[in-house]
Amino acid sequence: MNRQTLQRTAVTAGSSVLAVFVALGISAIVLLITGKDPAKAFSTLFEAAGDTKVLQGAVNRATPLMISAAAVAIGFKMNLFNIGVEGQMRVALLTTAVVGANVTLPPVLHVLLCLIVAMASGAAWAGIAGWLKVKRGVNEVISTIMLNFIALSLVAWAFDDFFREDENTTTVLVKTKELPRSAWFPDIVDRRLNGMIMVAILVLVVFWVLVWKTRFGFRLRASGANAGAARATGVHPKRMILVSILISGAFAGLVGMRALLGDVHAYQNNLAEQQGFNGIAVALLGRNHPLGIFFAALLFGFLGEASGKLQLEDIPKEIATIMSGIIVLAVVIINEAVKRWNDRRIQRRAAAALEEAPA
Amino acid sequence: MVEGIPSGTPLAVELTGIWKRFPGVVANHDVNLQVRPGTIHAIVGENGAGKSTLMKTLYGMHQPDEGTIRVEGDEKTFRSPTDAIAADIGMVHQHFMLADNLSVLENVILGSEPVRGRGRLDLAEASRRLRGLMKSLGVDFDPSTPVASLGVGQRQRVEILKVLYRGARILILDEPTAVLVPQEVEELFETLGRLVSDEGRTVIFISHKLDEVLTYCDDITVIRQGTTVATTTPRDTDRRGLAELMVGSNLPDPSGRRPRQPPVVLRCRGVEVAGAIPGAKSAVEAVNLEVRVAEVVGVAGVEGNGQFELCEAILGLVPLLAGSVEIVGSDMTHADTRTRLASGLSYIPFDRQREGLLLDAPLWENTLLGRDDDPALTSGPFINKRRAQADSRTIIARYGVRTPSEQVPAFALSGGNQQKLVVGREMATNPRILVAAHPTRGVDVGAQAAIWDELRRARDEGLGILLISADLEELIGLSDRIVVMFDGRITAELDPRQATPELLGTYMTGEMQGSGR
Repeated sequence: MNRQTLQRTAVTAGSSVLAVFVALGISAIVLLITGKDPAKAFSTLFEAAGDTKVLQGAVNRATPLMISAAAVAIGFKMNLFNIGVEGQMRVALLTTAVVGANVTLPPVLHVLLCLIVAMASGAAWAGIAGWLKVKRGVNEVISTIMLNFIALSLVAWAFDDFFREDENTTTVLVKTKELPRSAWFPDIVDRRLNGMIMVAILVLVVFWVLVWKTRFGFRLRASGANAGAARATGVHPKRMILVSILISGAFAGLVGMRALLGDVHAYQNNLAEQQGFNGIAVALLGRNHPLGIFFAALLFGFLGEASGKLQLEDIPKEIATIMSGIIVLAVVIINEAVKRWNDRRIQRRAAAALEEAPA
Repeated sequence: MVEGIPSGTPLAVELTGIWKRFPGVVANHDVNLQVRPGTIHAIVGENGAGKSTLMKTLYGMHQPDEGTIRVEGDEKTFRSPTDAIAADIGMVHQHFMLADNLSVLENVILGSEPVRGRGRLDLAEASRRLRGLMKSLGVDFDPSTPVASLGVGQRQRVEILKVLYRGARILILDEPTAVLVPQEVEELFETLGRLVSDEGRTVIFISHKLDEVLTYCDDITVIRQGTTVATTTPRDTDRRGLAELMVGSNLPDPSGRRPRQPPVVLRCRGVEVAGAIPGAKSAVEAVNLEVRVAEVVGVAGVEGNGQFELCEAILGLVPLLAGSVEIVGSDMTHADTRTRLASGLSYIPFDRQREGLLLDAPLWENTLLGRDDDPALTSGPFINKRRAQADSRTIIARYGVRTPSEQVPAFALSGGNQQKLVVGREMATNPRILVAAHPTRGVDVGAQAAIWDELRRARDEGLGILLISADLEELIGLSDRIVVMFDGRITAELDPRQATPELLGTYMTGEMQGSGR
């Protein structure tokens, strides 16, 4: 890494860390107002960070967040805002649950098939928004929000009318037919940490290589940074939109797989709920960069997991949720301020460097 | 100095010793301007001479590094346009800033809505005031008309109304005639004349068109290379005199041309391109054009006469309604942009920031733009970062781009250096035919000479160049042939050895058509 890249990374990471600390400060004020002791809350959180079980749970919670943040971030890189990760995930969940339960395959292949089906169905649902944008100019923000509603209702209806297993009386929740053991994604630590974290990391690596290292990724970033310039250099804007939405949807399809293949092993109504939406916040905090997303997802996973501990100390566990929210807000504001400051700094330095060594 | 100022009446605007620096470039230095009240005062200069920088200073869009601004005798500091508006200064921008789907009235009051009682919009009062203004201006259209349905000239009138509605006594118009047809230009000056003679307002008029300046303006201040070089009146000068003041005395020398018929590298036949609005007249009609090996064909024309659309058609960015495009001997009418670029076409776009650069990306990614198919810069599906950066350093060195390194983001460079980078990138593909739109727009004089030298050298080595420029001296100095575009058509072809800016001007405004040979 050369000096400029290093500096850029330091500024980016620094502004996110700053945002986290600002959020901690604001949360402390919120706690004080509600008459709780912020010191106790923070020390509880700090102690929780030393608890292996909490950390395993945090990683487990971070798994879907990493994937859904990658799905959102690849859209952002192209100036597309895919709010539809939740819907794409839900379509993929039911499709995969049904397909996976009705085929017989050896263990590894079965899991692989499930992942492929999830990606394909997620991409297909996202493809509707892509097609609408390319063919009809429909803004993807609108279409993906609407498609979320449609996906939720459609999946709920299909589940209720066709795929629910009524014979299964052992649990309270209605589910689809259970996946055979060959389709289960193995745990790393039994019942505490699922192996899907490896898939999540792989998704982040693929995302990084694809966007930052390949010609395709260069065109994608160019289209996002300046659509006019990309067009004038022969990048096909519509094709880029369609392809990036499809990739985003494919990632989105994987979001629910930790819950489906690694935990419940059947579809049920609230499975993996909200994880598609939460990815937006993680992508923002992680600055749409794989490494940033990795740490942001871990932080959010940790806050979610540690909130249980807060309750034991008579501190409402919602404080963790509030903290996540404030972090995201702080990130958005601080990033913008830091970017302006840094842009001016770079400009000044470039000018200064030139005056030292006149051409 | 300006003559005939009645003693006791303060100048409407007086700028003294204004300096404005941007990183790497001094945009204005030692600018002095005295505008008499109740006059139309023209600021003329070439593209990139610093006219717009100066006007932005006066309108509070940025602050000068040195110098003083006096308005009607009082020294002022403008921190923002709001301050300038408070000092009764109004600006009509070159690019209209109107909301298309709002009515004329709504556009005019937008941002300074009259209220009655508890924040209720007083449309009746606004409408009454607007009608009064329209009457005094001699404009006549229904204030409830949506702006979208107005023509260009009328929209400009709405912009002027907007400024007047805010009580401006001093109006700045930034190249207002660039978008107008001659008929509309006349109407505009009629309007401005009323403002000045009937109402005693002052107009500062930025232009690079000598004709209109000489016909309609009271005083003329010439800006060259960032500084005011003279103030004169139409009585004391003529076109020749103004042109010499604008460009300095040494115009580029049209030389080094050999008569021959080398192969054609770009051929347009009967090209027709649709206009921006469906159903409107075509933007380009029946254009026939040939560029040969080692030939520069200049396209002269007032901006907005189809040059942009013609370039887009050659690049394959917009579909043709009729006709064909042939690049280096093969028919490319239906080929996509990448195929055309790969067959030896290069493009210096009209607006480097909008179409040529990724401002937040480092320079090496900018020089890679559009060249990510080049096997020398890639390894299979991957970008070869090391080689792309080395290549970028080569371009930076060769074109004298002033930058600390290729890692600097493009926004940190001055306009001239950004332009050199774009030119360097487009030449790096060793093109056979270059479409160069305003290759030296907004570039300082040194960079301009460097870019001209590179273009000439490439031409001598066999490059065919289609040169679109608003800088008539550039056209005359570089071109082997000049064609004039007016209203979407090629209306004349001229020999640059016989062309003068004045002659070109008459063709460009459609006053004359046909062959100038």
